[in-house]
Amino acid sequence: MIEQLFSNLAIFVLSLLVGVEVISKIPSTLHTPMMSGANAIHGVVIAGAIVTAALADSPTGYVLTFIAGVLAAANVFGGYVVTDRMLQMFSKPNATPVNTDTKDPS
Amino acid sequence: MSTFEFVVGVVYLAAATLFVVGLHLMRAPSTARRGNLISAGGMAVAVITTIVFAAISSGGTWIGWGVLLVGVSVGAVFGIVQARTVKMTAIPQLVSIFNAVGGGAAAAVAFASFVADTDSSALSLTVSIPIVLDVLIGSVTFAGSLIAAGKLQGIISGKPLTFPGARILNVLAALVAVGAGIWALFGPPNLTLLLVVLIASLVFGLLMVLPIGGADAPVIVSLLNAFTGLAVAMAGFAINNQALIIAGALVGAAGTILTLQMAKAMNRSVGAIVLGGFGTADSSGTAAGSPAEDLTNIRQLTADDVAIQLAYAQHVLIVPGYGLAAAQAQHEVAELAKLLISHGVDVKYAIHPVAGRMPGHMNVLLAEANVPYEQMLQLDDANAAFDNCDVALVVGANDVCNPDARTPGNAVSGMPILNADHAKSVVVIKRSMRPGYAGISNPLFTDPKTGMFFADAKKGLADITTAVKEYVTA
Repeated sequence: MIEQLFSNLAIFVLSLLVGVEVISKIPSTLHTPMMSGANAIHGVVIAGAIVTAALADSPTGYVLTFIAGVLAAANVFGGYVVTDRMLQMFSKPNATPVNTDTKDPS
Repeated sequence: MSTFEFVVGVVYLAAATLFVVGLHLMRAPSTARRGNLISAGGMAVAVITTIVFAAISSGGTWIGWGVLLVGVSVGAVFGIVQARTVKMTAIPQLVSIFNAVGGGAAAAVAFASFVADTDSSALSLTVSIPIVLDVLIGSVTFAGSLIAAGKLQGIISGKPLTFPGARILNVLAALVAVGAGIWALFGPPNLTLLLVVLIASLVFGLLMVLPIGGADAPVIVSLLNAFTGLAVAMAGFAINNQALIIAGALVGAAGTILTLQMAKAMNRSVGAIVLGGFGTADSSGTAAGSPAEDLTNIRQLTADDVAIQLAYAQHVLIVPGYGLAAAQAQHEVAELAKLLISHGVDVKYAIHPVAGRMPGHMNVLLAEANVPYEQMLQLDDANAAFDNCDVALVVGANDVCNPDARTPGNAVSGMPILNADHAKSVVVIKRSMRPGYAGISNPLFTDPKTGMFFADAKKGLADITTAVKEYVTA
């Protein structure tokens, strides 16, 4: 048990350090998409909802599984889709007037 | 550790690598989209592995899996529909809502793991500590992010909201949450105590964000984003899942750095923001600055005046601000720029790091209106360009180009600004002389070389475009 805790703690601390390193200097242009992208990554909590579902064996457990499932899925699916929508607009470096896309009603 | 567990661990590491590579690629505009897709790939790997692992190692009941499937479908549909239909101007609110649900999900996972484990007598501290921390942090971000979203959306007043005793109540809520948490750790497993932690943390999150001014809300959203990362990591400890620990810690750290950079771009300290805002310290300044709508020293322009000035110019710099975002005038400004460019005028956008509703938001809005990335100048490049600029067209911006920032002793002192006043002439499109968020007057507006065109950004720009068209074709 205590060994497991130690290895988990080591993973935690090293991941923190990686997190600090990987985001050094970001141009302010990308602050909003970056925040949204990081937001999508913590949607990994959906894996927690899955584990919860497998452990649930009481009405309370089922209710909590449902709540966790709804919330986590909204986080992960919505997060990635909205980040992609934002970045899609950046990745057309020479937007020619030809492709004035009207597909987006907003 | 069985071979199976080993394989699961290795696959989790692969997913984590994809997250890191994805985040890394998101630092540059050209690779950012690929980065996000790679990160999504990592997510798919982590989720599939977890399904296989949970099904084989725990089994579970059909009801459990069915409930999960229904819940995930509901959440996914909600998330995807919102993400696809949201207006680009409302992005910050949506990110905040997605952040809130992430925190809520983490808290729910902690509760579920607590409920599932209570059957097996007392919980060991290695599990109960992360559970309590998860419920605490998760609930704070859930309540806080919803309030921040409400402020950004305008449902809740953007003004710092306080009431007598708010601070005391806030400290009290924090004490109750932490106290009940500690009690829950050392007593026998007790669901009621965990509920007390939940409610006290929700109250704390609420009271933490209510007194924060609307303009600071983006920084808070980013900070709460980092919190959610930590809550998710704690959930990982509680259920012994490395994917959650790695991804949660990654977001916790990356989100913190991002928050610091954002706050720096806005010339604000995170501590000052959390402790309750601009508004509280110089609320008297706000009151004194606002009513004086003195129009005597102001040169007012019509759409025709502005059109002639722009059509004759060689170099034009557009300074888009919050007013443009609020009026959703990004398409109108892009159309005007396109027309001027086709007429041989050099047009660029000078973008302040905090223009719009959160750092980088203006770039997203302009990108939506098909403005090429190269036309958007960042602060330093823009300031170099102002010296050689004939007309600076300020649309709905105020504090970000207030020359008073260069002199000490006022609310914007020291804030990095756009040197619009270095241009040969300045045109300001603004609805009124109302001061910006800092609540102070802007000497740029009374500068003799400045002309004011009082209009809503969307309508004003459309009128100017029409006038330029007539002028150019006539």
